[in-house]
Amino acid sequence: MATDKPVVVATATGCFEVATTIYPFSSWEVPWIHTAFENAPATISGVESAYKVLRRKGLLDQEIKFVAFGGDGATYDIGLQSLSGAIERGHDFLYVCLNNEAYMNTGIQRSGATERGASTTTCPAGTCIPGKREFPKDLTKIIIAHDPPYAAQASPHNWKDLVTKSGKGFDIQGPAFINVISPCPRGWRHDGSLTIAIAKLAVETCVWPLYEFENGTWRLTGESLRIAEGSREKKPVLEWMRSQGRFRHLLNGEHTALVEEIQQSVDANWERLVKLCRL
Amino acid sequence: MGRPLAINGDAAIALAWKQVNPDVVAAYPITPQTIMVEAFSDYVADGQVDTEYICAESEHSAMSICIGASAAGARVATATASAGLALMWEMLYIAASMRTPIVMAIANRTLSGPINIHCDHSDTMGARDSGWVQLYGENVQEAYDNTIMAFRIAENMKVRLPVMTCIDGFIITHALERLETLDDQVVEDFIGLYQATRPLLDIGNPTTYGPIALPDYFYEIKYQQAVAMGSVAAVTKEVMADYAKVSGRRYKLVEGYRTEDADHVVVAMGSTSGTLRHVVDRMRERGSKVGSVKIRLFRPFPSEELAAILKGKKGVAVMDRALSPGTGGALYSDVLQSIHDIPDAPKVTNYIYGLGGRDVMPEQLEGVFEEVMAGNGERINFMGVRI
Repeated sequence: MATDKPVVVATATGCFEVATTIYPFSSWEVPWIHTAFENAPATISGVESAYKVLRRKGLLDQEIKFVAFGGDGATYDIGLQSLSGAIERGHDFLYVCLNNEAYMNTGIQRSGATERGASTTTCPAGTCIPGKREFPKDLTKIIIAHDPPYAAQASPHNWKDLVTKSGKGFDIQGPAFINVISPCPRGWRHDGSLTIAIAKLAVETCVWPLYEFENGTWRLTGESLRIAEGSREKKPVLEWMRSQGRFRHLLNGEHTALVEEIQQSVDANWERLVKLCRL
Repeated sequence: MGRPLAINGDAAIALAWKQVNPDVVAAYPITPQTIMVEAFSDYVADGQVDTEYICAESEHSAMSICIGASAAGARVATATASAGLALMWEMLYIAASMRTPIVMAIANRTLSGPINIHCDHSDTMGARDSGWVQLYGENVQEAYDNTIMAFRIAENMKVRLPVMTCIDGFIITHALERLETLDDQVVEDFIGLYQATRPLLDIGNPTTYGPIALPDYFYEIKYQQAVAMGSVAAVTKEVMADYAKVSGRRYKLVEGYRTEDADHVVVAMGSTSGTLRHVVDRMRERGSKVGSVKIRLFRPFPSEELAAILKGKKGVAVMDRALSPGTGGALYSDVLQSIHDIPDAPKVTNYIYGLGGRDVMPEQLEGVFEEVMAGNGERINFMGVRI
């Protein structure tokens, strides 16, 4: 939907790769490559470089688009350097981070994208420590600090916004990045039927604002734009936390200060983003 | 023939790359390989190659880029050393398993620690089991020749495996020597056009590269790599024979020097092989029946060729410029298994030497010969270490 051009896909190690390519079968009807966990941006850099040189030599005349997918472990943590390098070098590709806020393929371990207070198998909610102690890093802003031609945050519930952003990412010359919140029923502890509703709640609470950074201009989109304009209510973070089992331990009344601290952090980040988008 | 040049080993490899004109080179600088990437950058900046040259942000990414480019259908080269090769380690196995015929130059340098930038073979010995073909060059001429031959070996349809061409860091990378070059056209004709198989960029025939293979298929894929490695010796001999026709330089997988009538032989790889020939000549003048062996192809290991040379010898010493703490060197193990089935196999001892760039003096190698002739060396010896 986002592009009519042929695509070549690279995927980092993760559920997406494991579930779609169990040898000798493949779900992919387009050229697809996986090499390792931390290097999908470097791998697609190589494919795109081969494309450029073979086109230059007249050995290939077709226009091809390149897209790489990685989870938050592959993107926020182990593959951050690879992504930073590929963006700095200016390869023409779209990178999509499917952010489910932990290492879900290996069994729900904490990542740099895991939210403060969330319980995972490596930052479990215990009798002394109530889940993850640190706030997640703001990867989208780290990517924007590279000044790429396009970067965005998106959510699957607003599919039109997601498709529009993906289309821009494909069409624009140079590296493009889209960070997509991706609820994981197994890791977030919610019913699978609520996946899209919970993604929507992430946006409505401003935990995951929808915005884009296009050729130097910041712009809110979708529900986030309407919240900033005042035509839509900004929901309390508590509502989002209540929707998932990974925050259950924070809701027994013992951790109201922590919940309040998380709300304040979401508010502060949101206000900063609104200011950036008004500049 | 092109004109002879005075050039160092790194620049000779960069010159070979220039003549090969690979589609993609992705690399990261590391001493003592740096001159290769710098010299090649000059060729790129001056428009003397068509190559898409990627300055990667790490060796891990450099190798990942090479794999992506090779899978896409490009002819690919890179270079590294030491810690850089160690950082590539994960990707080396993937390159070999994906059957990407990447050619990589290695400026052999030790692995930290302590940190040390000088020569030994611990870097490539660590990559021994990664599924890459390994060729070792003794001097600047071999650095150049091995690089050109490596493309033909890697890209042969019976092989389709990545190849490392190794030279001793500083000793060869930075030493100015006389180099006989080939004309550009001769190199172009020798390596031929690269024919990719099932390239990723063939949109009409989509291919899945790097799927997950579970216990029901993984083993068979590894076996196919072993089969491909099984073809390397014969293919390399063919390539060397063809190379002799265009260069006049005739190479072998394993080269014996004055071994025919020798009783005692010392085996080595890399630059030490030249020093050994000098020592053999000196000792021959004094009447000692000694010889030396140079291993050019280390993976796959040319066991049959080596056994043919060592058959009937009284004593053999194996020089290992790397250490596997707790046992000897990797070359020692390979020599032992190569001669195991020879009747009356010679006694073989192991000498660890030259670690971290420690100088190798002719007198020390004479000492090794003396011990082999006297039959009084330990099973594993540490040449020149201060205890």
